[in-house]
Amino acid sequence: MHALTRIALAVSLLGAAAMTQAKPLVVCTEASPEGFDIAQYTAATTADASSETLFDRLVDFKPGTTDIEPGLAERWEVSEDGMTYTFHLRKGVKFQTTDYFKPTREFNADDVMWSFMRQYDAKHVWHDKAQHGFPYFEAMGLQNLIKSIDKVDDHTVRFVLNRPEAPFLRDMAMGFASIYSAEYAAQLEKAGQFEQLNFKPVGTGPFIFSRYTKDAQVRFKANPEYFGGKPPADGLVLAITLDSNVRLQRVRAGECQVALYPKPDDIPAIRKDPNLKLAEGEALLIAYVAMNTEHKPLNDVRIRQALNLAFDKNAYIKTLFGEGNAVPAVNPYPSTLLGYNRDIQDWPYDPEKARALLKEAGMEKGLKLTVFTRSGGGPTNPNPALGAQMLQADLAKVGVQLEIRNLEWGELIRRAKQGEHDLLFFGWAGDNGDPDNFLTPNLSCDAAKSGENSARWCNKDFNALLDKARASQDESERAELYKQAQVIFHNDAPWIPLAYPKLFNVMRSNVEGFHLSPLTNNNFATTHAK
Amino acid sequence: MFSFIARRLGLLIPTFFGVTLLTFSLIRMIPGDPVEVMMGERRVDPQMHAEALHRLGLDKPLYQQYFDYLSNLAHGNLGESLITRDNVWHEFTTLFPATLELALCAMIFATVLGLLAGVIAALRRGSLFDHGVMGISLTGFSMPIFWWGLILIMFFSVQLGWTPVSGRIDLLYDIEPKTGFMLIDSLLSDEEGAFMDALHHLILPSIVLGTIPLAVIARMTRSAMLEVLREDYVRTAKAKGLSPARVVFIHALRNALIPVLTVLGLQVGSLLAGAVLTETIFSWPGVGKWLIDAISRRDYPVVQNGILLIATLVIVVNFVVDILYGFANPRIRHQR
Repeated sequence: MHALTRIALAVSLLGAAAMTQAKPLVVCTEASPEGFDIAQYTAATTADASSETLFDRLVDFKPGTTDIEPGLAERWEVSEDGMTYTFHLRKGVKFQTTDYFKPTREFNADDVMWSFMRQYDAKHVWHDKAQHGFPYFEAMGLQNLIKSIDKVDDHTVRFVLNRPEAPFLRDMAMGFASIYSAEYAAQLEKAGQFEQLNFKPVGTGPFIFSRYTKDAQVRFKANPEYFGGKPPADGLVLAITLDSNVRLQRVRAGECQVALYPKPDDIPAIRKDPNLKLAEGEALLIAYVAMNTEHKPLNDVRIRQALNLAFDKNAYIKTLFGEGNAVPAVNPYPSTLLGYNRDIQDWPYDPEKARALLKEAGMEKGLKLTVFTRSGGGPTNPNPALGAQMLQADLAKVGVQLEIRNLEWGELIRRAKQGEHDLLFFGWAGDNGDPDNFLTPNLSCDAAKSGENSARWCNKDFNALLDKARASQDESERAELYKQAQVIFHNDAPWIPLAYPKLFNVMRSNVEGFHLSPLTNNNFATTHAK
Repeated sequence: MFSFIARRLGLLIPTFFGVTLLTFSLIRMIPGDPVEVMMGERRVDPQMHAEALHRLGLDKPLYQQYFDYLSNLAHGNLGESLITRDNVWHEFTTLFPATLELALCAMIFATVLGLLAGVIAALRRGSLFDHGVMGISLTGFSMPIFWWGLILIMFFSVQLGWTPVSGRIDLLYDIEPKTGFMLIDSLLSDEEGAFMDALHHLILPSIVLGTIPLAVIARMTRSAMLEVLREDYVRTAKAKGLSPARVVFIHALRNALIPVLTVLGLQVGSLLAGAVLTETIFSWPGVGKWLIDAISRRDYPVVQNGILLIATLVIVVNFVVDILYGFANPRIRHQR
């Protein structure tokens, strides 16, 4: 063969080899993970790099939904009184093999026990090794809810609760309930390297931890032994790209295949770009204005209704979120969740009627209120200053003078908890797709006492419905109870519900298999670029 | 000379204390604590909040926290990040090579181009080139870095496709960080083309970070050169019949460099300050981005000690420049 022909053949073979070599999926994310021991953290970026990638749970959310499907438990039973949950574990599941851990046994009940007992039992060796504590486990009150956790046999685990709690199963699908290897923990404990659990994770999930270069990238290899099947991408790279403009430019230039959370302003241009596509859906988010019902005259329902009537919500959404980027909120949780009451009509924009109601309440001479809002934007409030000014302008038309106070987020939370505000722009991100996860923390009487319920609104009938729904195992009964609760909420108007923001991720048009989760976590186990 | 160095060293101590006190109090003046910020929109139960603050040692009185901080510093202990629980010194040394690599490239870019532009502008005083250089340098000096970075990305990376958008190297290269300097690590790795790719990734961030120092150096060189070119000894050199290049580069530029040297020292501070924004735009994992993140997460030990380390660095560089300056210009070290 002629030398030149040989070279040409070699080059083309090399090229072909390069073309067929599977590449990792590159995802531009918005922040560094706080660590990899997800039970210690709450941020979605940390969940993306740990619970969604490295770990599994007893039950999981079906991709792109808030429905439950089997995970490491292949089936489960709930006792009639709703207080005992028995999980039957999947057999043959392997923990990941890495250069720092080689498992000698398959997943079993000991791993489940270790994962929960270190959070539940204050005397557990690992309990105080978590320097951040277990914020989710603690914040959700699981310490008080769970009576006992028992290993029935190697493949069966039983949770006994102190009271029936319907959302419990969904709680078990959340990141903090990820299952760790007890064998790996024992290895670390023996070596006295407790902190390594946070830096060198081992789970059963679709990807294997490879390397974290601080603030730059997290690299994972596909797990060939994953019980759900090896992921189609050869690996996963989370490229940490703080600025949303830069994330968009990177996906445009092909440096990433997926870029998370583009700015609402950029959505129209993305739609027009033939090289890109959007994944969009309603997030588990709600934006609202809470009215402090302990402050006069906001303790008068007529005033609260009048403020609902006086605010042009559609103009607000169009200006702040952009056309099509959020849905007007009517009820206290998004429409994708159980028992959403579609019969309730939203308060119309009706300044005349608002003025009449104010007059009826003896406020015809007008009134002065303060509104607290955050200084920096967030998913539930992209432009806090502008939003507050729009509310101020609309309320001025009905004789309500609004003083705007811009506060930094941490300070806003602190003051809101103390009830210093009259009105408060706030939001809530749901975690487990259960209506209770929106209602109890934000609107229950207990939350009014602790200050979490920023309307400081305590309605006994509403609260009784929440308690009853939480105790019921019957989904249709729960749905009915929540519908009734929403009617009370609407009529008593402790909030001006603002918007259900939509969630967007942008990707190259050749990306397939991505399911946008309303839970704001991202799982790439089935995603790849063609 | 000894008394000159002793005087300079004496100034370091109050500066050092000033920095610790400022960073300690400023970060605590920002409302919100690390626990509240970590919980985000979920808010925190007051009891849990108190327990978490206790765990982090943030429930002690402020003066005691400050005293603990100083006493740890005296023992060479920079503490742990409240978020990652990693040692602050370890985090700093992991990230600093990225910042240094970028700063050095930006400095080389700014110095070479700045000196050249300044000298030519001075030699052609009043020409179109002179006005052009001065106009552009004024614009460069006033340019908001964030905006400038995005403009360059839009044009060179997205429109023309000449340069990468951000990052230190193409993400398909899996380079093990050995030294932390990507240019060196990519050379040490077996990955073909990695070094050139890393170099390619340095172009835009270096230009963005180097723009302000470039403008300053160009203007400074120009005015220093103009002054020196008027000196008698330059006229004498010219009269002696020396070649114009020899007059400019050996006689004039060498003396004009003295004030430029001071400016270079001062620019180290501005490079590190500029790195905060440049690193954010270019997803450059250096100490600037690290500090921004730490401030937003109220990671007190990282903010305090990170700024302290950078301040120390700036102080040391300026100290060295002062000494060099003293050597170069004997009048300085004899000043009382």
